[in-house]
Amino acid sequence: MSLDKDNVIKIANLSKISFKDDEIEKILVDLNQIIDWVDQLAEVNTDKISPTFSSFENDKGMKKREDIVSDGDYREDITINAPNSEEGFFLVPKVID
Amino acid sequence: MKNLTELCLYEAREGLLNKDFTSKELVLDHIDKMESSRSLNAFITETPEIAIKSAEKSDLKLIKEENGELEGIPLGVKDMFCTKGVLTTASSKMLSNFIPPYESTVTENLWSEGAILLGKLNNDEFAMGSSNETSFYGPVINPWKSNNDQINLVPGGSSGGSSASVAANIGLGALGTDTGGSIRQPASFTGTVGLKPTYGRCSRWGIIAFASSLDQAGPITRNVRDNSILLKSMCSHDTKDTTSSSKEIPNFENAIGRSIKGLKVGIPNEFFLDGMSNEIIEIWDKGKDWLKNSGAEIIDISLPNTKYALPCYYIIAPAEASSNLARYDGVRFGHSVKSSDINEMYKATRSEGFGDEVKRRIMIGTYVLSSGYYDAYYLKAQKVRSLITEDYSKVFKDVDVILTPSTPSSAFGLDEKSNDPISMYLNDIFTVPVNLAGLPAISVPATLDSNGLPLGLQLIGRPFEEETIYSFAKIIEDSANFKNIEKQWWLK
Amino acid sequence: MNNLIEGKTGDWELVIGIEVHAQIISNSKLFSGSSTSFGSDHNTQVSFVDAGMPGMLPVINSVCVEQAIKTGLGLNAKINNFSIFDRKNYFYPDLPQGYQISQFEQPIVGNGMITIDLENGDSKNVGIERLHLEQDAGKSLHDQHPSYSFVDLNRSGVALMEIVSMPDMRSPEEAQAYVKKLRNIMKYLQTCDGNMEEGSLRADINVSVRKPGDDLGTRCEIKNVNSIKFIGQAIVYEAKRQIDMIEKGNQVEQQTRLFDPKKGQTRSMRSKEESHDYRYFPDPDLLPLTFTDDFVDEIKKTLPELPDIRRKRFIDTYGLSSYDSNILVSEKETADYFEEAVKNSNPKLVCNWVIGELFSVLNKMNKSIENCPIKAKDLGELINLIDNETITGRIAKDVFEIMLDTGDDPISIVESNNMRQVNDLSEIEAIIDKIIESNPDQVKTLSEKPNLIGWFVGQAMKETAGKANPKTVNEILNKKLLNKG
Repeated sequence: MSLDKDNVIKIANLSKISFKDDEIEKILVDLNQIIDWVDQLAEVNTDKISPTFSSFENDKGMKKREDIVSDGDYREDITINAPNSEEGFFLVPKVID
Repeated sequence: MKNLTELCLYEAREGLLNKDFTSKELVLDHIDKMESSRSLNAFITETPEIAIKSAEKSDLKLIKEENGELEGIPLGVKDMFCTKGVLTTASSKMLSNFIPPYESTVTENLWSEGAILLGKLNNDEFAMGSSNETSFYGPVINPWKSNNDQINLVPGGSSGGSSASVAANIGLGALGTDTGGSIRQPASFTGTVGLKPTYGRCSRWGIIAFASSLDQAGPITRNVRDNSILLKSMCSHDTKDTTSSSKEIPNFENAIGRSIKGLKVGIPNEFFLDGMSNEIIEIWDKGKDWLKNSGAEIIDISLPNTKYALPCYYIIAPAEASSNLARYDGVRFGHSVKSSDINEMYKATRSEGFGDEVKRRIMIGTYVLSSGYYDAYYLKAQKVRSLITEDYSKVFKDVDVILTPSTPSSAFGLDEKSNDPISMYLNDIFTVPVNLAGLPAISVPATLDSNGLPLGLQLIGRPFEEETIYSFAKIIEDSANFKNIEKQWWLK
Repeated sequence: MNNLIEGKTGDWELVIGIEVHAQIISNSKLFSGSSTSFGSDHNTQVSFVDAGMPGMLPVINSVCVEQAIKTGLGLNAKINNFSIFDRKNYFYPDLPQGYQISQFEQPIVGNGMITIDLENGDSKNVGIERLHLEQDAGKSLHDQHPSYSFVDLNRSGVALMEIVSMPDMRSPEEAQAYVKKLRNIMKYLQTCDGNMEEGSLRADINVSVRKPGDDLGTRCEIKNVNSIKFIGQAIVYEAKRQIDMIEKGNQVEQQTRLFDPKKGQTRSMRSKEESHDYRYFPDPDLLPLTFTDDFVDEIKKTLPELPDIRRKRFIDTYGLSSYDSNILVSEKETADYFEEAVKNSNPKLVCNWVIGELFSVLNKMNKSIENCPIKAKDLGELINLIDNETITGRIAKDVFEIMLDTGDDPISIVESNNMRQVNDLSEIEAIIDKIIESNPDQVKTLSEKPNLIGWFVGQAMKETAGKANPKTVNEILNKKLLNKG
């Protein structure tokens, strides 16, 4: 399956990455190369095969935890690396709903 | 007096216990080495003050005989492990100012045993790469040089700084992470021992995530015994990581020197690639002989879906990465570009903060998960993954360990492959299937090629059978009698 | 019942489906150990996991799983012993990980059904499509600064149950009844406190219109409606908007909209206009969620009595009408109050007083039954006093007022105010004789208008300050004046 410029722009938008016009050409070539290469998986017969989403030992299913308050309440540590914070809030450019 | 950096981990451990020297003396020698080796660019952040303070504490513990298993031992840590209060960058501009307020479980385990942080090691950005050339902080130079050429070589990746530092005798071992071969391939390129344990052996909590179902932390060391010692302290059952195993953690060091008589070694015929170099075929054969001479039985096996492992990996890993890296948005930490519009802020932040390879993989990942393509790519790849895993389960009924080359070549030159993504991806051809199946595997230096560059052999084991791997690895190590770098040309 | 809306081009049918987001009652969040309590200082109930910091991992809260199963059982739904958590990927400042952990194709609860109760006494079945677990998002404040939004992640990661109905509702009333019933069931089960003002229960309303018999029309989603009243208003407005649009020859665009309670209108949400590709895939940090039939059965055993069962029991045990029972069980607190009051008292009388006097007074005082100034036990006692003729019905009303004011129990009020019913025959007779003597004209008129006896009863009650036993008064008067009895 071959990608075109529109596909790339759409994917870039979903990924929240922007490419300059000259960069789009290069990424388009790279992506098409990679997609062509991985397309060979289509030759594998996977009828009736279930997917593996984790290679972790699966004998007991998901591990759970007790419902106790064991975390949180360290606002300073949470906000200390924030590029833009004020009075314990994270600041972002205004989002209009 | 011999420079203390010439001692390996178990020798230093013994020396400290025998009070032949202090931890402070040991650490000062390593700090010195680290500072004189800056041209290798193995370290992003050097932590000499922390190291010296820790060494002083360790010396007190050693005197009181209250020492941990790694008391006073200096180690380098790949910059993918969050270290509290110490810059942790993932070798990316995106985290070039990130100081974690928490410590990863694996490094916490080591500090509890008395180990000492020497510094944070350079790697491919967000662990994506096989040559350490995608780092925001510049490439790492392999301390090995070809006999026939003076050009700088890559140390492999993504744990390039980890493997280069160990090969250069900086630190008594290093932590790496392996998602598709990022410990084993650089170990092969630098003549060091690198192990990726079974998925779930080490906790992933606090390790910057690349591909969650594939990432595993592991040790890179100068020899097999050191590796087994370091692994033991890294492993733990962590309730903060539900993919962390609660299986008992054996004393892996006990497996060193165990007999392999009667055990069976599988040689997968699909790993014989077209155009494979004779040198690699030779060392592989030699490896078979070494093991046969120690009493193991060599058996030809088939892993039919081997050739699909790389494309399978290059769908799954980018897909998981595209989601794991969505949190880097300039809001709560990391690089951020000011803007009056939130979407513009996201785009500018991420476009500036991420390098080309990371962007490429995020784009691939987003594509293979997107509507209309999910079934054909991501779901398909996870089904192929099942087939690959099944291949290994089947053969492990007949053999105890699998022997393969670690890499299709020895270390190549800087810039040689950086313009061709797929050519770069092919470096992982022997290592990637192991991650897909969640198996443990080690790379042991086996020989030098005709250019005088290291080549490693890989041993793959059953889930949670790292001990078996270590037993075999020791045989290879003893047989290979591999010598480390003679001339430390990079020292200032 | 005809729910059709009359338009210019004929009748229209309204089709409504509702997605409810219910915050689970639990001490800590779904995938992290931070507290879930409401109203805390911003960003204090946030862990590194909630903030999506590098290297953080989710671990599921076992109680949240049980609460979801409980709710599923309360919805008469299929419990799925195997379910998967998926990542829903999109960028938003209140979504720190850049994805929400939710469930896509394999949710923890499947098809179910509840019965809703309508005002006219009818009931209707509404199908449940599914229930799944997911993380709540943080909150943004947009009014703190001219150019910035302030983000608070306290709510980020709190456990939500998303309950999706089938598009079975056909009127605003049905929609309101559905949400009320759902809320009530969860309050009974204590899986969600149903507090819509505080945001623990939010409804997304999907509305479309069509001519009866036609295929489904294009629907619009009205997001985050947070009161029963607004649900009704929003649907009414939206239905009209869509009908007007179609009748003018335009097409309804599929949109996400918000209800503005001040204007009583819905408007399109700008930020959600671009269609999202959420790229759902199973979360690689989490294995599938599995449990056994035995596990579910153990939970079943712990379920409290649900409203429909309780209603039936009220009808059977207390002999109440279906209509009255319905009213009593429609809020768990009311049913609890009733059962406490009725412990040693006449159920029908208690019922009448609760639904009548009590409700009316609580309404005026704008109080809920949980904050009722009169204890249930005391109301029961008051009813007993009427029932055993210690006080008259009229006096009871006075006692009731005093109970409201003071919170005192009825017996001490009656004693201290000397309000006991006068039962002494001779005392009453004496009073009546006096009235008869003093009012010869009325006595004369009585022979022509026997109904005037009521006036005499009134006088007797006045003379006794309402304390005379009305039955006795009536008997004596009839005997003396009408030669009856």
